[in-house]
Amino acid sequence: MNQNEWAVETHNLTRRFGKFVAVDKISLQVAKGEIFGFLGANGAGKTTVIRMLSGILAPSSGDAQVAGLDIYSQSEKIKTRIGYMSQKFSLYEDLTIEENINFYGGIYGLPPDLLAERKTSLLERVGLAEAARRMTRDLPLGFKQRLALGCSLLHDPMIIFLDEPTSGVDPRARRNFWDLIYETCDLGKTVFVTTHFMDESEYCHRVSIMNDGRIIALDEPFKLKKKYNKTSMQDVFITIVKNEIGRKQGEQ
Amino acid sequence: MTAIEIKDFEKNYGEIKAVKGISLDIGKGELFGLIGPDGAGKTTLLRTICTLLVPDKGSIHVNGLDVTRNISDIRMILGYMPQRFSLYQDLTVEQNLRFFADLFQVPAEEKTRRLAELYRFSRLEPFKSRQAGALSGGMKQKLALSCALIHTPEILILDEPTFGVDPVSRDEFWQILQRIREDGTTILVSTAYMDEANQCDRVALFFNGKIPAIDKPDNLRRNYKYPLFQIQATNIRAMAEFFRELNLTHTIQAFGDTLHISFAQLPDDNLWTQWQQQSGGILRSWESMEPSIEDIFLDQMGGADESE
Repeated sequence: MNQNEWAVETHNLTRRFGKFVAVDKISLQVAKGEIFGFLGANGAGKTTVIRMLSGILAPSSGDAQVAGLDIYSQSEKIKTRIGYMSQKFSLYEDLTIEENINFYGGIYGLPPDLLAERKTSLLERVGLAEAARRMTRDLPLGFKQRLALGCSLLHDPMIIFLDEPTSGVDPRARRNFWDLIYETCDLGKTVFVTTHFMDESEYCHRVSIMNDGRIIALDEPFKLKKKYNKTSMQDVFITIVKNEIGRKQGEQ
Repeated sequence: MTAIEIKDFEKNYGEIKAVKGISLDIGKGELFGLIGPDGAGKTTLLRTICTLLVPDKGSIHVNGLDVTRNISDIRMILGYMPQRFSLYQDLTVEQNLRFFADLFQVPAEEKTRRLAELYRFSRLEPFKSRQAGALSGGMKQKLALSCALIHTPEILILDEPTFGVDPVSRDEFWQILQRIREDGTTILVSTAYMDEANQCDRVALFFNGKIPAIDKPDNLRRNYKYPLFQIQATNIRAMAEFFRELNLTHTIQAFGDTLHISFAQLPDDNLWTQWQQQSGGILRSWESMEPSIEDIFLDQMGGADESE
């Protein structure tokens, strides 16, 4: 695979805050169209990595390209080629469905005719064409998820970052959301997703596990399970992270 | 002895019915779990128990004390960790812990011992000089939990303490809760993680302001009505589609790289072999299984209207 095939590529990416090394020389490649699970212990540095890859935070050292763009010199352009959605679905409850779409279209700077076109197709895709003037708060959760994800894709980004999109969501809605992730992937998008639900990590093509600023495992879920002789990713995660903690304590 | 007694409790916010008439007794020393998603009404119930909200209908008693009348007495015996981060962002980790210890008049010796213990479980010690506001989401949860645990209250109310917490820390956190429980503390904890139900003496499944089931986790498993199978397949999505079209199943749910499928009637081995052929070999293996709490919850949600 040549380098143009990567949606995200980092080499020794590092970020320090004072003396604290939040992200310590991480190198990874995410292929175009891949669903990449970015797992890790709390405080491992996941959010810092996502902020760097989104062009919001400058690295201390190392290199990275996102959507073919350099994160040092082209961070503004990166923002136009990525989407982001956090656990809160980030819709305005007291706006109508259409107003939410217009709002996001405005934020992404879509010209009016393009916004109108994308709005129509989004409303159709999520099955809300007849309900555009309804208040967002009246929507069932499943529709809200679809709409929020759709809004974060309005500017047709190449990559979407999903930061714990299913935290606190009921088990059915969690599964529905993964159907949406697959649909997004089918549209040719690259999905970079974090979660603390380890069953969800098995829906990813590949996962990385981060601890203390470093990537301590990166592979396809079934290969990790085989390597560590476990039946679930939950057990793999606990084993890998506990080993790492033990190793560090041994060093001290 | 009953620690918390809830009778026909209802709470509305304007037109929204947050909790729709629930009754529940929690015994002294019990580790009781409220299992359900955000918006189910868990927080409303917990806040009312903590005397922060007043019931619209019904009553709640804590150690026999009425939550609408004996507010200060109840607050003396409760430890409460709210869902939203409520610590001092501009104090360091250690300053927050010491502040809460002093607030609850934890003796100096006890304080040192407790701090060491809480640092061990939370792994927050390397961050003890960091301002709380600069912690990651999961670390903030751990600090808030540590602050709620620094004095050892008679009844501990924890609102989604493991929200956004990684699997290793969740594991360690539940070990701590088990230890606190052994000291005789009553613990009422809410969570959206179904697997945590197994750690509780009893659980209430909470959904849409109602409690469709209250029982010991083992009893909930025993009462599951349908034959359930864990299925492995070369293509999970295609496999799910195959069974959906068969129309013989009660539920089809993805669980990691397997499917859990429940049937209206127990399929015999011939049928399985037949399906294996019909599906063009996608079906790799099938195995009868005990339902997990998540299977039970999905079953209880059943056809419940999402818009409710």
